[in-house]
Amino acid sequence: MAGMDHAPPPFFKRGPAPLALLTFYIAVSLAIFVVDLRFKSLELLRQSIALIVDPVQRVAQTPGSLVDYAGQYLQGMRSLQLENEELKHAKLTTAPDLQRLAQLEVENTRLRKLLDVKEREKANGQVAQIMYTARDPFSRKVIVDKGQQADIAAGLPAIDEAGVVGQVTRVFPFSAEITLITDKDQVVPVQVVRTGQRSVVFGLGNGQLELRYMPANADIQVGDLLVTSGLDDIYLPGFPVAKVVNIERDSAYSFARIFCVPIAGVENFGEVMILAQRQARPERPPESGSRAAANDGQRVKKKRMPKN
Amino acid sequence: MQPTFSSSRILLPVRPWFIFLSLIGAAVLNFLPTAHWPGMPDWVALVLCFWSVREFRRVGMGWGFVLGLLMDVADGAVLGQHCFAYVLLAYTASSLSRRILWFPLAQQALQIMPLLIGTQIIQALMRLAVGADFPGWGYFIGPFVATLLWIPATFVLLLPQYRPVEQDPNRPI
Repeated sequence: MAGMDHAPPPFFKRGPAPLALLTFYIAVSLAIFVVDLRFKSLELLRQSIALIVDPVQRVAQTPGSLVDYAGQYLQGMRSLQLENEELKHAKLTTAPDLQRLAQLEVENTRLRKLLDVKEREKANGQVAQIMYTARDPFSRKVIVDKGQQADIAAGLPAIDEAGVVGQVTRVFPFSAEITLITDKDQVVPVQVVRTGQRSVVFGLGNGQLELRYMPANADIQVGDLLVTSGLDDIYLPGFPVAKVVNIERDSAYSFARIFCVPIAGVENFGEVMILAQRQARPERPPESGSRAAANDGQRVKKKRMPKN
Repeated sequence: MQPTFSSSRILLPVRPWFIFLSLIGAAVLNFLPTAHWPGMPDWVALVLCFWSVREFRRVGMGWGFVLGLLMDVADGAVLGQHCFAYVLLAYTASSLSRRILWFPLAQQALQIMPLLIGTQIIQALMRLAVGADFPGWGYFIGPFVATLLWIPATFVLLLPQYRPVEQDPNRPI
């Protein structure tokens, strides 16, 4: 500690003592750490710093994307022709379904109207290019090239051609951060297609997902497909999320451990579609206040409660 | 100042803009796609540590704090994570500066190693404490690589301060 001149001669003005400075900086760092983590109220500071950092990051990513581009360019005509043929073939195989889709949609709307069910929401959104993965090794996030300028807002879901990729968690003026569904504690409400059972999948952080809080004797099999259940204000129902790959049933625990892998190319680079905000859903029925005047619907709900 | 304690060459005084440029350069190196490769060192930590040891009157905790904020935003990490680690790194490095400079380069690197590893461990502890996922042991290889880079880094970062060996006293300028 001798090098720091802890007690400078008074005639040289040298600012506060190192230890005082250290205490100050550490206090500030810890304060913003806690505030950012718990209260999320530092987004403005983050956005203003990002205004400076973002262009530099884009420039730094250029060599890599140039190499990618050159690689694709040199890939050769042969492979492109093959891909083109495959795509044409795929288009033909899906043609019968697609051609009748418009008619099915119309029919579905009419039937729903007859049944007085709310109309099915249409999914629309905008395509964004993934620029790079965030460097933070503790989480799984990617940065895309559209932000506030393109009306992207935090909370919107992102999908690719196969299924759900993640959710927008931070928005900057010209870019946005998508947290992948495999990120630790990223949650998606899902439904098992085969049985219709609802649950939630949690990211595990290692590229897999876990279906939690399913009883050990639940009817679930390896290979079951999980789709979004739509029971939230974020994901529309019916998007594929994950496939069950492994089930550990241990009678010592009341829940089964069910592992799934994402269906979308979550760890791939490419394009994603950021879906637009869902339409406002009808308000939830009031909770405990009106419980005394229990009608039928609420009684059913009450009965179910202890089971959980 | 000399390049090493045993050298008889006297270095020119450091230029502040070069310090600034090298720190920004280190940040850009961190932004490159190579940052995802296993065992890539944290360039900012290395360069900040170097200048804190060499020029503790110019580079210190303030720089550590600002660079930490930049890295937090660039990484998408929690704000304050890099700040905390870099400020501690700058403080310890400048505290130990006089001692470290009395060793040959290889031994300097050995003394720097715990500081760099500490920087990484502090960040991991901060994140794990608030429920992040363990990033794998590859995360802790970086500081060892950075330690090996201490000798080339010293050479490169001191380059602008070397005087020519043969000086011409009759040079016009």
